[in-house]
Amino acid sequence: MAFIKNQPAVHKTGHAVKQKNKIRLVVLGIFVFVILAGSLIYPKTWDDAVGWLNNNIHLGLPTFFKVPFKLGLDLQGGTHLIYLADLSSIGEADRDGSLSGIRDVIERRVNMFGVSEAIVQINKAEDSYRLIVDLPGVKDTHEAIKMIGETPYLEFKEERTVEETDAILKAQEAGDANALLLDPYFVSTQLTGRFLKNSQLSFDQTTMQPYVTLDFNDEGTKLFAELTKKNIGKKLAIYLDGAPISVPTVNEEIPSGKAQISGQFTQKEAKQLAERLNAGALPVPINLVSQQNIEASLGQESLNQSLKAGIIGFLIIFLFMIVFYRLSGLFASISLVIYIIALLSVFKLVPVTLTLAGIAGFLLSMGMAVDANILIFSRTKEELKQGRHFSDALDNGVKKAWPSIRDGNFTTILVGIILFLFGTGFVKGFALTLILGNVISMFSAIVITNYLIKFFSGSKEGRKKIWL
Amino acid sequence: MNIGFVKYHKLNYFFAIVLVLATIGCLIIFGLNLGIDFLGGTLWEVTFENRPTNAVIQEKLNSFDLGEIVVQPTDNNGVILRFKDVNEDTHQQMVSELNKISPIQEKRFESIGPTIGNELKNKTIALTIISLGSLLTYIAISFRKLKWPIASWQYGIVSIVTLLLDLLVTLLVLVLLGKFYNVQFNIAIVAALLTILGYTINDKVIVFDRVRENVLKERSSNFAETVDKSLNQILGRSLSTGACTLIVLFVLFLMGGETLKYFSLTLIVGIIVGTYTSLFVASSILVSWGLKGKN
Repeated sequence: MAFIKNQPAVHKTGHAVKQKNKIRLVVLGIFVFVILAGSLIYPKTWDDAVGWLNNNIHLGLPTFFKVPFKLGLDLQGGTHLIYLADLSSIGEADRDGSLSGIRDVIERRVNMFGVSEAIVQINKAEDSYRLIVDLPGVKDTHEAIKMIGETPYLEFKEERTVEETDAILKAQEAGDANALLLDPYFVSTQLTGRFLKNSQLSFDQTTMQPYVTLDFNDEGTKLFAELTKKNIGKKLAIYLDGAPISVPTVNEEIPSGKAQISGQFTQKEAKQLAERLNAGALPVPINLVSQQNIEASLGQESLNQSLKAGIIGFLIIFLFMIVFYRLSGLFASISLVIYIIALLSVFKLVPVTLTLAGIAGFLLSMGMAVDANILIFSRTKEELKQGRHFSDALDNGVKKAWPSIRDGNFTTILVGIILFLFGTGFVKGFALTLILGNVISMFSAIVITNYLIKFFSGSKEGRKKIWL
Repeated sequence: MNIGFVKYHKLNYFFAIVLVLATIGCLIIFGLNLGIDFLGGTLWEVTFENRPTNAVIQEKLNSFDLGEIVVQPTDNNGVILRFKDVNEDTHQQMVSELNKISPIQEKRFESIGPTIGNELKNKTIALTIISLGSLLTYIAISFRKLKWPIASWQYGIVSIVTLLLDLLVTLLVLVLLGKFYNVQFNIAIVAALLTILGYTINDKVIVFDRVRENVLKERSSNFAETVDKSLNQILGRSLSTGACTLIVLFVLFLMGGETLKYFSLTLIVGIIVGTYTSLFVASSILVSWGLKGKN
């Protein structure tokens, strides 16, 4: 029957064979892709199979390479800190430099704390500069905050003139709020811990009192020389974390770039100070404005719950598609599985940090991913009603559904791109999931479903009822 | 089967206007129950070995300057505490105070300064406006072949208006949930609203696309009939896709746990409303506008 039906198309046979080979090739490609991507997501099966083969026929096949999923803090547990950097004392031109300076220092401190995948980011929002510190898996947040926050902020201050001091003191007595914020005796200079090259613990030869030596870099040496020259006979205060620790009087200009802090230290305190200064003095003060910590078990719980919901949701969609679209629905569901595999491997490879909202977006995208299939199938049904063969109807269905699939998905992708470009961390991750999901689902619904259906439907034109 | 979508356009308008007025009214009277993501503040989840009564916890924490303290028990000996934002020292002092009642384990501690929250608020509004603006442009370009009976930019305007309607009605539900169930408007809800934007724009574009195709193909003089026919053709798809998406969301709502519960509920509301406005409201506006141009 089928043979007779196809006879008038004899002159097309060459083309049909080519077409058939193309379909076979694409389906083979899909199959290989599924094995590779599937192994990337769940390498255990590959490794087991390879292990078995290697044991039995000694092929020496390699195990699959392992890439972990990157989980966000809300799923993995950990600490998210936001600091505000006070750049008021830094000139516009030096800001970027000092910011990356703080970032380096905090990174070093955090690494000392032994966090494996800490992220320290600089973020400019409106007029303020932020430092965002993500510490995945950190249990003792308090210790971490102390570690970062206790980093000493060192600065040198020079004496105010007597008139200035009097004016400020008077204003303070009068209760002027602005004046209360000012230090009546000393005024900040440009010289801070940013220009420090090295610091060490030493002992005074005669009194055996411990003190800390400071060694400035070239720029710092110049600043220190100018500062000492300008202030001969006056006091120069060394402030640590906003409090004076040593207020020596300058006797002469010091061009060597060496200074010392000889406060009332114990030996231990002096040693600690030198160490902390070496690890990096913060170039500008920072202030903790936001902290979030999530315990690991809580994250694990949300992850399990959403995965379970995803599996059940998928199974119901699977049933729905088969009931309404028969065998074509089955293949749409199969390409939905391929879509999930593809998206998960992209998540691993990019890598996309998975947050709870990202996963929810991903689950949601399963529902939206079958949309293109549904559009194609309803078009195909219309074509079938006009008496076309199934494969013709399907081709036409795809063609006619394309403009709406294109516009529908592109507008969603457009929203995703805007969110990605202008959004902050949380929204950004979500937007990325949305964009990737849309692009991949378009491909899986149009290309993969189609080729699978064509490959398996073959010449069974007569039984189109089963197919749609 | 042929459903007259446009026939009852007055009823649809009435319904839409009532919903918009109700939303605006509730927003003014009740306001959104903004969470700490927006206002700044602290959310602290701890589990006790032996959970004391709320009053005992309140009393222990009263010595700190915390503003109003909301204590909400969760299952398994846990409580969620909400109060104003505090620094790390206060946090540690509170830990030792609570430990005096019964040993605690901290599940989650979030303390957000008010400036961060304010920025998020501005950013959310800006993002929504930019998104809507670019959607308008995209539709105007994509539908540029259409001149009659209404121009491509008008399709853009109609979709923006109905999108706003979708967002507003979802907000109404959130305002009511916030008022009566103390559901907080947080960053997850913002993500849900933005997703609704993505989903329902897709829905509207697909409806308009069918209208575009039929207008170009038939060149019929009866625009209302063309729109109605397009809607009937698209109905099966709208319901199928809506159903598939809602299935996942309902499962997520029932099983997703505390955080995802209201996230998915927001999406459920948005998608139902979005599907309704695409089919009934957007089409009615198209036809009304088309007829007005003709007269």
